[in-house]
Amino acid sequence: MKRLNQKRIKNLWAIALLAVALVTPTTWAKETDQLVLDGSTTLGPIAKAFAEYYMAKNPGVNVTVNESGSGNGAKSLINRTCDIASMSRFMKAKEFIAAVNKGVMPVAHVVAMDGLPVLVHPSNPVKALTVKQIRDIYSGKITNWNQVGGPNLAIVMISRDTNSGTYETFHKLIMTHKVDGKKIKEKISKKAEYVGSNGGIRTRVQSTPAAIGYAGLGFIDKTVKALKVNDIYPTRETVTSGKYPISRPLFMITNGYPKLGSHTHAFVTLYLSEKGQEIIEDIGFVPVTKY
Amino acid sequence: MSVTVLKKTSILNTPSDNLVLSSRANLAQNILAWIGQSFLFLVTATAAMIVLFIIFYIAKNAIPFFQIQGLTEFFTSAEWYPSGDPPAFGVLAIMLGSTLVTLGAIVVTVPLGVAAAVCLSDILPFSISQTIKPIVEILAAIPSVAYGFFALVIFAPLLQEEGGRLLMVGWYLLAVPFLFIITIVISEMLTFKITHESSRKTARTAALFVLGGSFIALLIFVGNTLGNLTITTGTNALNVSIILGIMALPTVVSVSQDALQAVGRELRDASYALGATRAETLIKVIMPAASGGIFIAVLLGIMRALGETMVVWMASGNAAQIPSPWFNYLQPVRTLTATIAGDMGEADQVTGSSRYHVLFAMGLILLMFCFLCNLVSEWIVSRQRKKLRGEN
Repeated sequence: MKRLNQKRIKNLWAIALLAVALVTPTTWAKETDQLVLDGSTTLGPIAKAFAEYYMAKNPGVNVTVNESGSGNGAKSLINRTCDIASMSRFMKAKEFIAAVNKGVMPVAHVVAMDGLPVLVHPSNPVKALTVKQIRDIYSGKITNWNQVGGPNLAIVMISRDTNSGTYETFHKLIMTHKVDGKKIKEKISKKAEYVGSNGGIRTRVQSTPAAIGYAGLGFIDKTVKALKVNDIYPTRETVTSGKYPISRPLFMITNGYPKLGSHTHAFVTLYLSEKGQEIIEDIGFVPVTKY
Repeated sequence: MSVTVLKKTSILNTPSDNLVLSSRANLAQNILAWIGQSFLFLVTATAAMIVLFIIFYIAKNAIPFFQIQGLTEFFTSAEWYPSGDPPAFGVLAIMLGSTLVTLGAIVVTVPLGVAAAVCLSDILPFSISQTIKPIVEILAAIPSVAYGFFALVIFAPLLQEEGGRLLMVGWYLLAVPFLFIITIVISEMLTFKITHESSRKTARTAALFVLGGSFIALLIFVGNTLGNLTITTGTNALNVSIILGIMALPTVVSVSQDALQAVGRELRDASYALGATRAETLIKVIMPAASGGIFIAVLLGIMRALGETMVVWMASGNAAQIPSPWFNYLQPVRTLTATIAGDMGEADQVTGSSRYHVLFAMGLILLMFCFLCNLVSEWIVSRQRKKLRGEN
């Protein structure tokens, strides 16, 4: 009986070893041309449309687009886990220093312009706000829509998460102001809700009558209403000319200027081509070049 | 000894010869067995080591935060401005958010889950409960991002538009049967000492009327108050509590049902033999006997709700505030898990800063709480085992 058991155990071990041998990878994935993008969700639509176009034109090249926020994009570039960091803000000093210390030389390519429209529910009668009013709303000084000419409704502030370039831009262009020549950064009220993506902002605003939010220019549609800020409506013209107060450039950042003729080079210069500008316009952003 | 005997017989009997191994084969087999055992040991040890490593790594990264910032601000301040200038790292509001959401989930999941478990194990016929249980368990197979999407896109707008009425209906559904039973029980308890038959009956009816009337008034008052509420934002603690409660349901149902089943036929039969009704058997015999297991089910539910990230990140509103008043479930809250997930990207950038280490400090708090839950459930299991062995 004992022998029999031992034999069975032996068989079991043979099977187990075989299984281990089988799952051990014997063939490795074939090397392909890889291009990895990581970063801003604002740039997500551009990056994805570029990737689609580029892969169709260059079969055999695999472009991966990750959208984890500008901060993560910078981190990936510094850690060399991506080729291009798409960022809706420029690198912070700390990030830049960290990059240089690791031997990564960030080179910025401005691929498009973007404005941050301030969005409200379509049923909201408020049509325009000033930068100061927006700042007071987000810092919690104005809490009801009737203080800015709207209905008697408590304002629901919706902000992008602190991980996003959109938040950084908003914070820099709206929440920071000068009092007696001194720069003051207002804190966003503790009551503000945080959402992890631009699409999430639109979802929340389109379903919440009392909401106010901000997102990329490409996220305006019929379901949400964009407000005039300082009497300027966010359009392509007002954004490129800088008249609209919450405008910003969108970056793709590479490690050094990419080698001419490389896929990275072709990709980050795509915005200069006619097709690239068409793509950017289609998605609702503003091309930096005019043709 | 048996080996030598076998060997002797094998000389006489050739057919049984193949049952005996040569000493070389025996050695090979021993070595193989040894290799196998050490391989298995290695795998198990790796699993244990990974746990220890995680605890060590989190603690190692959390401690610098307390060294830089101290303990006071972290535990007592509700100011959460990690990207501010100067930054503020008060986690009180976030811990309260986690607590609120977890408590809410427990309030949703425990009555539902335990009731469902009782129903599955003791009330429904075997064949039906065998069909229903897998259906309940499908809830565990739905990815949490799908729950989050539902909470954000469907449930939040619903709460905003119909919130008051939804709350009112929920209140009536829960409170009517509960208050009904309470009324009957209390009026019985108040009057059972009266020995005179007819006066007891009168007293009981009077008590029923008084209690019933006041409860109906309470019911309608609370119902109307809830019905008139307007919910300004649908991504709030209530939304997430309900969704997390549903997510924890399969765990609670499965574990409590197993606990109820483990009570065994004998106890049930003994109770019935003593003349107890099914309700009495359930409430006075089976539930107390299974209470340890049910408590563990609740603990597992707590850990599920506390550790969930995607749903709270999508649908809790993520406002790092203490709601006013603090138990206001209709305001957005921020939880520990969502904060860790949401702030990771920015924080990792500047390794070594407080902003990076504070996330590990939060992770440590979560870990310690779950560890505590685990210890408590281990303790309950061992106590239960002793009880069953009659050691007490």
